[in-house]
Amino acid sequence: MNFFNIIDLLAEADPDVLDRFSSRRAVFSSLGTVAQRAALATSPLFLGALFQKAYAGTASLPTDILNYALTLELLEADFYRQFLAAGQIPAGAATDAITVIKTHEDVHVDYLHKAVIAAGGTPVTGSATAGIRFNPSLLPATYADQLKYAQVLEDTGVRAYKGRAAELIGTDLLTPVLQIHSIEARHAAHIRTMRGQQPWVSLGDDLAADASYKAAYTSGVASSTKTVMALGGTTYGIPSYNPARPSPPESNLQQGAAGTKPAVLITTGIGSITYTADDAAAAFDEPLQAAEVLDSSRAGGLLA
Amino acid sequence: MSDHSFLPAWREQSLGRRVFLRVSAASAASVALIAAGCTDTTTTPTPADPYQLALPAGDSGLVYYAYLMALAQTTLYQKVVDAPPTDLTTAERAVFADLRDHEVVHKQTLGYLLDTTGATQLVPTDFAFNLTKFTLSTRAGVLAAAQQIADLVAAAYPVLLPLFTTSSVPQRTILLKMSSVQARQAAAVRDMLMPGSFANSDVVDSAGQLLTKTPTEVMTALAPYFAPYVISVASLAVPV
Repeated sequence: MNFFNIIDLLAEADPDVLDRFSSRRAVFSSLGTVAQRAALATSPLFLGALFQKAYAGTASLPTDILNYALTLELLEADFYRQFLAAGQIPAGAATDAITVIKTHEDVHVDYLHKAVIAAGGTPVTGSATAGIRFNPSLLPATYADQLKYAQVLEDTGVRAYKGRAAELIGTDLLTPVLQIHSIEARHAAHIRTMRGQQPWVSLGDDLAADASYKAAYTSGVASSTKTVMALGGTTYGIPSYNPARPSPPESNLQQGAAGTKPAVLITTGIGSITYTADDAAAAFDEPLQAAEVLDSSRAGGLLA
Repeated sequence: MSDHSFLPAWREQSLGRRVFLRVSAASAASVALIAAGCTDTTTTPTPADPYQLALPAGDSGLVYYAYLMALAQTTLYQKVVDAPPTDLTTAERAVFADLRDHEVVHKQTLGYLLDTTGATQLVPTDFAFNLTKFTLSTRAGVLAAAQQIADLVAAAYPVLLPLFTTSSVPQRTILLKMSSVQARQAAAVRDMLMPGSFANSDVVDSAGQLLTKTPTEVMTALAPYFAPYVISVASLAVPV
C-alpha cells in the first residue's frame, strides 16, 4: 500500500486535502512511538481513523461559517444604517435603493442569527453602539465616497460567501447561503450602476485602481495567522490562511485548477477568441478565504 | 442519421435514434413482407420521438444543464447585438455586448468542461434556442425577454450548485464563480427595464433570499424556445 499515492489521488479530488492533514498533524503524533506509527501506517484501520479525523468538520463547524456570514451581514447592516442616517443620499431612487438594500441586510442578519442558534451555536451580535458594527469614524462625508464603501462591502460579501460555500456542501445551509450570496451580487450590481461603473467586476473599475479600495479586488493578505475570531460577544473558528494558495484576484483569467489539474487560460484555452480579457475576467467572480476577508486590509479593517 | 460524435448523454440519445431506426427499418421490412404476403395495405411504423433529449445523470448532466442555459442566453444576447431595436440606447447596447461576451465565455467554458478537445458536438446540429416568440424589435421587448431569461438562469444556480457530488471540485467551483455573475446580469437587466428593480419582491423572499427555480421549472420555462426538442431533466440528481 502506497500511502502517499493515496494522498495524491485524494488531492486530485479534494485540493484542500493537504491542508486537512497539516492541520491535523496531531493525529500522527498522538499515535505513539515511531515504530508504532510505522506499524499502524500499514493498517487500514489507521487510514480510516486518519481520514475520519481529517474530514470530520476539519475546517469549521457550520456554526462557525454562519457566524462568519453573520459578522459580515452585521457590518453591512450597520454601515447602511449610518449611510442613511448621514443624510447625504439624494431623495428618490437613490434613497429607495439603499433602503431596500438595508432591509435585505437586516433580514439576512435575522436569518443567520436564528440559523446559528438552530445549529446549536451562540450568534455574534452587534448594535449601533456595541459589538460588530461599522467604524463610524471611517464613514466618509460625501455621498459619492460613502457609495464607494457600499460597493466594496457588497463585492467583498459576494467573494466571502463564495469562499465558504464548499464547506457547507451536504448541509441544508448551502442553498440558503447561495440564495443570500446571489442577493449580495444583485446589490453589488446596483451600487455599481449607481456609481456609473459596470455592474460586474471589471478590469477598468475605478476602485480596483484606487489605493484606498483596491485590496478588495486583489489576492492574499500580508500575513495572517488567525484561526479564532473573538467578535460580537462570542468566538468562532476560521480556517487558517493558506499563503501557498491565496485566492485569485478578480482580474484572474485562469479557471479550473484542482489538485494537480492545471488551470485553463480563458482568453485562449476554450476555443473562442471573440471576447476580451476584460470579458474573461468579468465572467467569473472570485472567492476570498475567511482570513483574507477579515484581514484589516479588507472588511476586518472596517469594524469598529 | 448524422454521424455526430455525441458525448454520453447525446450518444445515448443518438443511439436511441439509431436503435429506433434499426428497429423501425426491421419492422418496416417485416411490414413489407407481411404486406407482400398478405395484403396490399401499408403501415407506417410509429417513430420514437427523435427530439426527446435526456440530460445525463450525474455531474456532467448538471454541466449540460448550465450549458443549455448559457446557449439560450448567448443566442438571445447575440441577436440583440446583431439587430438592436432603434430605441435601445448606446449605453444599453454596450451592456448587451458585455452580456453576450460573458455568456460566450460561460458557454465555451462549460463546453470545455464537457469535452476538453472541443471535437465533440454537444447538441444536435439543428438544436437552437428559438427567438421567434420574443418581441425583439423594440427596446421594451428586448429588455422583457432579457429579464425573463436572466432572472430564470440566476434563479437556477442556487439549486443547481448543491446537486454536484463532492468529487467534482473544478466544475462546482467554476459554476459557483459564474453564479454571482448571473445575479449581477439579472440585476443590470432589471435596472434597465425598471430602474431600482434589481432585487424586487418578485425575485426575493421576505428573508432576503433569492427565489429559486428547480431544473424542471427552468426547462419547463425554456421548453417553448427549445421546441421541437424536448429536454428531460429526469436523470439529474434530486431534487430536480
